[in-house]
Amino acid sequence: MDGSGLPEVKSTCPYCGVGCGVLLRPDGEGGLDVRGDPDHPANLGRLCSKGSALGETVGLAGRLSAPMVNGAEASWDDALALVAQKFSDTIRDHGPDAAAFYVSGQLLTEDYYVANKLMKGFIGSANIDTNSRLCMASTVAGHKRAFGTDTVPQTYEDLEEADLVVLVGSNLAWCHPVLYQRLLAARKARGAKIVVIDPRRTASCDGADMHLRLAPGSDVALFNRLLTELYEGGAIDKAYLQHTSGFDDALTKAFADDVTVTGLPEADIKAFCKLWMGTEKVVTVFSQGVNQSSSGSDKVNAILNCHLATGRVGKRGCGPLSVTGQPNAMGGREVGGLANMLACHLDLENADHRAAVRDFWNAPQMPEAAGLKAVDMFKAVGEGKIKALWIIHTNPAVSMPDADAVRDAIAGCDFVVVSDITGQTDTARLAHVLLPASAWAEKSGTVTNSDRTISRQRAVLSAPGQCRPDWEILSEVGKHMGWAEAFDYETPAEIFREYAALSGIAGGFGRDFDISGLSDLDDTGYDALEPTRWPVTKARQGGRFFEDGAFFTPDGKGRFLAVQYRAPAAKTGPRYPFRLNTGRIRDQWHTMTRTALSPRLSAHLAEPFVDLHPADAAELCVEAADLLRLRTPQGTAILRARITEDVQRGQVFAPMHWTGETAPSARIDAIVAPVVDPVSGQPESKASVVAVERLDAAWYGFAISAGDLTPDCAYWARARTRAGWRAELAGMTAPEDWEAEARRLFGLPDAEVTVMQDAARGDVRLAFHQDGVLLAALFVAKTPVAVMRDYLAARPGEVVPDILTGRTPADRPDPGPVLCSCFGVGVNTILTAIETDGLMSVEAVGAALNAGTNCGSCRPEIAALLQGIRQKEAAE
Amino acid sequence: MTQRLVIIGVGMASGRMLEHLCDEGADWDVTLFNAEPRGCYNRIMLSPVLAGEKTYEQIVTHDADWYEARGVDCRFGQRVAQIDRSARVVVAENGDRVPYDKLVIATGSSPFIIPLPGHDLEGVIAYRDLEDTQRMMTLGAGKRAVVIGGGVLGLEAAAGMAARGVDVTVVHLMGHLMERQLDAEAGALLRKALVAKGIKVLVSTNSKEIVGKDGHVTALRLDNGTELPCDLLVMAVGIRPNIALAQAAGLDCGRGVTVADDMTTSDADVLALGECVEHRGALFGLVAPLYDQARVAADTLMGRAAVYAPKDVSTKLKVTGCDLFSAGDFASSDAREDILLRDPARSIYKRLVLEGDRVVGAVMYGDTADGPWIYSLIKDGTDVSAMRAALIFGPSYAEAPAPLSRCSLAG
Repeated sequence: MDGSGLPEVKSTCPYCGVGCGVLLRPDGEGGLDVRGDPDHPANLGRLCSKGSALGETVGLAGRLSAPMVNGAEASWDDALALVAQKFSDTIRDHGPDAAAFYVSGQLLTEDYYVANKLMKGFIGSANIDTNSRLCMASTVAGHKRAFGTDTVPQTYEDLEEADLVVLVGSNLAWCHPVLYQRLLAARKARGAKIVVIDPRRTASCDGADMHLRLAPGSDVALFNRLLTELYEGGAIDKAYLQHTSGFDDALTKAFADDVTVTGLPEADIKAFCKLWMGTEKVVTVFSQGVNQSSSGSDKVNAILNCHLATGRVGKRGCGPLSVTGQPNAMGGREVGGLANMLACHLDLENADHRAAVRDFWNAPQMPEAAGLKAVDMFKAVGEGKIKALWIIHTNPAVSMPDADAVRDAIAGCDFVVVSDITGQTDTARLAHVLLPASAWAEKSGTVTNSDRTISRQRAVLSAPGQCRPDWEILSEVGKHMGWAEAFDYETPAEIFREYAALSGIAGGFGRDFDISGLSDLDDTGYDALEPTRWPVTKARQGGRFFEDGAFFTPDGKGRFLAVQYRAPAAKTGPRYPFRLNTGRIRDQWHTMTRTALSPRLSAHLAEPFVDLHPADAAELCVEAADLLRLRTPQGTAILRARITEDVQRGQVFAPMHWTGETAPSARIDAIVAPVVDPVSGQPESKASVVAVERLDAAWYGFAISAGDLTPDCAYWARARTRAGWRAELAGMTAPEDWEAEARRLFGLPDAEVTVMQDAARGDVRLAFHQDGVLLAALFVAKTPVAVMRDYLAARPGEVVPDILTGRTPADRPDPGPVLCSCFGVGVNTILTAIETDGLMSVEAVGAALNAGTNCGSCRPEIAALLQGIRQKEAAE
Repeated sequence: MTQRLVIIGVGMASGRMLEHLCDEGADWDVTLFNAEPRGCYNRIMLSPVLAGEKTYEQIVTHDADWYEARGVDCRFGQRVAQIDRSARVVVAENGDRVPYDKLVIATGSSPFIIPLPGHDLEGVIAYRDLEDTQRMMTLGAGKRAVVIGGGVLGLEAAAGMAARGVDVTVVHLMGHLMERQLDAEAGALLRKALVAKGIKVLVSTNSKEIVGKDGHVTALRLDNGTELPCDLLVMAVGIRPNIALAQAAGLDCGRGVTVADDMTTSDADVLALGECVEHRGALFGLVAPLYDQARVAADTLMGRAAVYAPKDVSTKLKVTGCDLFSAGDFASSDAREDILLRDPARSIYKRLVLEGDRVVGAVMYGDTADGPWIYSLIKDGTDVSAMRAALIFGPSYAEAPAPLSRCSLAG
């Protein structure tokens, strides 16, 4: 079916927390045509590389389409009955706290609401936590401590109206590209300054006026210094202080702190403080570099302290803005998806709140204390205390710190249910029961983005096989467990109305999250719901919080927190001399279950890597493209070395995305220590200590294949291409018979083979053909194989007699790795154009090649190429 | 005074030498003896004539007019009976005595006929000259032929006859075809290609006797008792230098007429070149060294110092439509390393043999375009370490820099 005649459907991008509006239309081939929604307030038509490629990720390959029980297909009735029975038995025999749900910022608000209701109101435990624990919990804790509720005071427009934007622990350019593009556009128009505070030089530094490369984890000391400078510089807003408490203690603590732990030059610190102090309209954006820390909550409060002290909160162009990593992390926070929250920003441990929710739900039992947060939850799973576990749309066997231990804990749990869209994840492979869930483009509901805008997600494709939406699966289990009335939902609209009504009760308690104005929305109104910023009540809609000094604390005052620098939990030393930072890359998202389906997204960085400073590399005798072994007390990882001054000496950076499905040796969280912030329970994902050494593999390989490939060696990483797959390989012992090994790798027992072999040098190249058409090829050498990878990767399915050369024919250029995902423009293409056409600017490159003219995510990298060529020319 | 030059033998070597002399305006009084009743033709091109691709006229290099225009006294069809060195006279079979100041012996070689029982039956021939070629051309569909010898000539003969519809069997003593030019693997590919053309190929096979009836060959009997019926039997098992005349004249001879670096024999006024000579213990059968010798002989006659320096030999052949190339020494040893390329689907095989950082030998089958380049690497002793990874893919890959990546990371 050709979808061109169908109307575009408005929905919301499922990646980061920016929550961009998208216009979707089926392309008739199982994919979607996607463009940015010009009317959505988050993106105004823009999309980043990931959002632009959404259409490539909705195919049905690898989809789980029927319930599976112990590896065999089962009926929904049997699977649901089994899940209900196991949970009921567990509650009866071991109490409600022997059950747990681990859910995801991927869930829609309606799904989240039902999951939370089922666990906290009916199973009777607070053991429901979400992967938002890994990214947002410190901000939640910081907000609650300062404001009384988890309230984001600002809106995205503030980024455009600010005169100074400070990015703290945020690579906005790669992780929230559309916000970054909005920021750059506004800066161009208005001349705002940008300061980046990050140990690492990131793409966001490219356009920044100042980059403070502070020591990992030292943010509190820096912002304490800012607070004292504000005080001494007379910048404290004394009138606003009337609405707050705790300033003196906070200031005293701040004075006691020692800013030299940041390792920053005094002059830079002074310059930053002066700029911050002297710029009224300042927005401090913070993200994982702040949150993922054993002092994450204190970092948040150190930042909030400075904004409170100057009254720069909730004003136009002025205030703190946390940006979230998941499409509905905010919805999850609002709905009570975290183990220490109740629904609608009500507190679990507040008896009045608890009673109100119990009455509203007509709930048989409610827990009185917070449940287990993610890290503790999986420890309890490992200790056998949790006996029935339901994991929904997340991959903790990869993403949790100490991931191997988490994987083993799940594997050892008495009963594990996984709901997901695929059974091919590290976690799903461990489940007793697999439940097939509808995917993003098949689901209907709402999500909330980082500036409190609730957007509709709308189904545009029909769900395959027996897939069902999550709210329905959860409700069915609730009904099977005997709570038919409480979970008798027919539509997500019905759930949303109930949720909105409950928020009215929260509003009655004086909480911030009140959308009771939407509680009588009919189905048509729900379907048509435009992006809406909360709160939505008779009294107000949307806007900013706290400019008026009214907070949600018991005394109504904003609270300063007296915080003091604490070093990361682990100390570097002779055994583990390096500090390991982890994070995202531009074109992948989370554990790649979605983005890895897109060939163009996979082309940007097609294997996992670790960034290492050139001086450290020299000391370790490491050259570019060598493999490195990283060792921590938790385990080891093998990744490709990228030698760059983007990291400081003694620090390494590795991306978090790769899994057992894509690169088993690069499951970086398997070597991250399970250390958490004592307040938020958020893991310290960016400050493990690690030993680094060169891995001397016996052989290195590069493989391309039209079909799937199954590597079996010390290091491998595979990625999708338009023509099939590509893979990097390395092994500690060479196979006796390369042809046999290659046939096994590609699953081609009988195909015609062409071989090049230089046995003494260790070079082997094999290509497999069928009637002259290339099926697969393997290139092996004793050192990292030197071939034209991106040219080769596109060749399976073509007639390429000279494939074993590993290179283009002389008359055909190699585009190189894709830099611009939107237009598929490679590095070499850009470099050639810069050099031969004398292009001088990112704009000129865009005019010549289109590169960087759509989402703009690659513009910092194009600028870096231009810079590199200028430096080279200058040197010559 | 005009010097007198006598040349015995018309062939590709002496033809080329004469060309040099004439081109350079040497004022010689030249007499040319040839046992064959014709001028000079390109013997290498007899195979296309056999295959019907060319006519005899098309392969003639120097005809009677050419000699006449240059004032050469041609004695075609006339054998030389004797060389009288003391009198400096050549005596022809018909008794003519032709005096010389300088004499060039270019008597060539004769095919070796294995002395099997029955080798003198009618229908047992070699493959050497136009007469042999014409004899084979008389066969057609329905006839059977056996070729003993799986070298270049034997295979050309087999393929030429097969192309004419003759049922041909090749019998080869060694384990694989063309063992002097090809290694076993390339030989096997060649065999496969011949079999595909309908030629039967027996390797590691000994002949025992030639069977005949009424004085005419009827079959070849193998030592395992098998009989291969045939109407014609072609022996192509090698050549022997024709040295009888030189030997009788008292010139130093080994297997061939012994020559020094300037192509003179043990008599300074007598030169020899071509397939009849032995130079530093080596005999010659391919055209390239013969041409080099022709150059040196011409220089010597002109009174210029010249030295014949044998080169490593490369062979680039098209045998029955299959491209072959071999050069240098491709025997395996512990000190040697092989680079191999096998593409059976396209019938391509290449093997380069390296010693240290230098190529010492090469065998190519199916795609020989890079042969001359590889040959120059061997000849020049080029250090190939920097281009080894792409060496077997030829100069366009090995010598051209390319933006190669060593991992999958951009930037």
